[in-house]
Amino acid sequence: MEREIVIRVRDFSYYLGSQPILKKITLDVFRHEILSIIGPAGSGKSSFLRCLNRLNEIRAEARISGTIEINGHNIYSPEVSLTELRRKVGMVFALPVPLPRSIFENVAFGLRMAGIKDKKLIEERVIDSLKKVALWDEVKERLNSSALKLSGGQQQRLCIARVLAMRPEFILLDEPCSGLDPVSTMKIEESLMDLKKEYTIILVTNNTKQAARVSDRTAFFLSGELIEIDRTDRIFTAPQDKRTNDYISGRFG
Amino acid sequence: MRGKENREKLIQLFLLTIALSAISILALISIFIFTEGLPIMFRHGFKKFLFSLDWYPSEGYFGLLPMIIGSLLVTAGAMVIGVPLGLAGAIYLTQFSSKKVRNLVKPMIELLAGIPSVVYGFIGVVILVPFVRENFGGPGFSVFTASIILGIMILPTILSISIDSLMALPPSYREGSIALGATQWQTVRMVLLPAARSGIIASLILGLGRAVGETMAVIMIAGNATALPRSILDPVRTLTSNIALEMGYVSGEHRQALFATGVILFIIIMILNTMANLTSKRMAS
Repeated sequence: MEREIVIRVRDFSYYLGSQPILKKITLDVFRHEILSIIGPAGSGKSSFLRCLNRLNEIRAEARISGTIEINGHNIYSPEVSLTELRRKVGMVFALPVPLPRSIFENVAFGLRMAGIKDKKLIEERVIDSLKKVALWDEVKERLNSSALKLSGGQQQRLCIARVLAMRPEFILLDEPCSGLDPVSTMKIEESLMDLKKEYTIILVTNNTKQAARVSDRTAFFLSGELIEIDRTDRIFTAPQDKRTNDYISGRFG
Repeated sequence: MRGKENREKLIQLFLLTIALSAISILALISIFIFTEGLPIMFRHGFKKFLFSLDWYPSEGYFGLLPMIIGSLLVTAGAMVIGVPLGLAGAIYLTQFSSKKVRNLVKPMIELLAGIPSVVYGFIGVVILVPFVRENFGGPGFSVFTASIILGIMILPTILSISIDSLMALPPSYREGSIALGATQWQTVRMVLLPAARSGIIASLILGLGRAVGETMAVIMIAGNATALPRSILDPVRTLTSNIALEMGYVSGEHRQALFATGVILFIIIMILNTMANLTSKRMAS
């Protein structure tokens, strides 16, 4: 089956000062797939994620070369609106940090910042997003209490919900389950499998088993380079590169 | 074994003594001020002290209203100048500037706090007072001039504590908000300032305390007239100046009246502090 390419990365390098973080990455992402990125700490996998919504540019000393095209448009061209890009490419972080606001306001935050005033629309989106991450039943009685009172797993699902409320096309997840217990992790993985029907998902994970469980394809990063990208079953059963094999069988990293 | 336990107890006792002595000094000062200042206030009536306009201590008139108003005006003026500058500076240095600029500018501003207040007063007298006199009118020694100098004096307090509390926030607040498509300014206004508000309010309280309590610089530039100011270009005397100016030569009831000034100053500071604490608590919940 020929699949539509929605993100096209070509010879993309990323430097902090003079230090190369990513070296000449070239890869494609297909519509409505889950792409896992695995690799040891410092391999540049989180940095790669941050380059896709240009969050890397928060750091003043960041420099890039090469191109990243999303739906055929270079996101690093000067006429791109950063806020629009970030609304289209939502991101979930390793540590679930809800904003210090109520549960409802956390999910509504992005919409409000986008200047949406329609109360009904905001309410619909909030409820819909909370339902999609299976959090609605747990919080519907206390939408106005502080989001900081939720458990870690709930907070992370809230963080996914606030991204969904923006109706993005892409969801980037940066080790979303690293601080969570197995049950919460399972719930999030279930949500991801569900969300895949409507969204294109890129998942950075330190847990190779998680990559094997949820993703369609897996990319292996090492020291800022893309070593291998292929269908997940192939990466985990017959990797082409010895280093990939070493990493997934736990010999280093 | 016993020896070790005894030593442990001895150290505890020692630390307790030190902690208590710090508090007892504060208690002693308060008791001293109140025992010296309260009797005369009872004798002449609180109303006279608080609401009378006439300060002729040698003739038995102890109206502190002009000084109370003076202190409040000068402090309010200092806050009007110092708070926006301090907050804006803290926001710029933590959110928009590069690390290099921050590491250069922050210590320099903190250095401002180390300059003796008499130097501020001197610069005020030599530069600011003539400038105000020529450009705005009045004698130059005024509420306005004192507010500007005090505003600059409280700037380092507000700025450096606000910077610290903004920097103490987890970076994920900022990243999370920006990743949701908020602009930098929206992030500052909607997420970071509310999250750092307890630290920021603490910085305002400390700045306020410094402005109310400052004496030397104010004496040199505020003009020290005991009349009610009609405009911000008129001279005023603050409660602190009143004590410092007259303490050197007084005796008897006049001396007690200065302690009464201290009592009122003490109470004003307590009220301001409590108000600020309450607001920060209410905002936090």
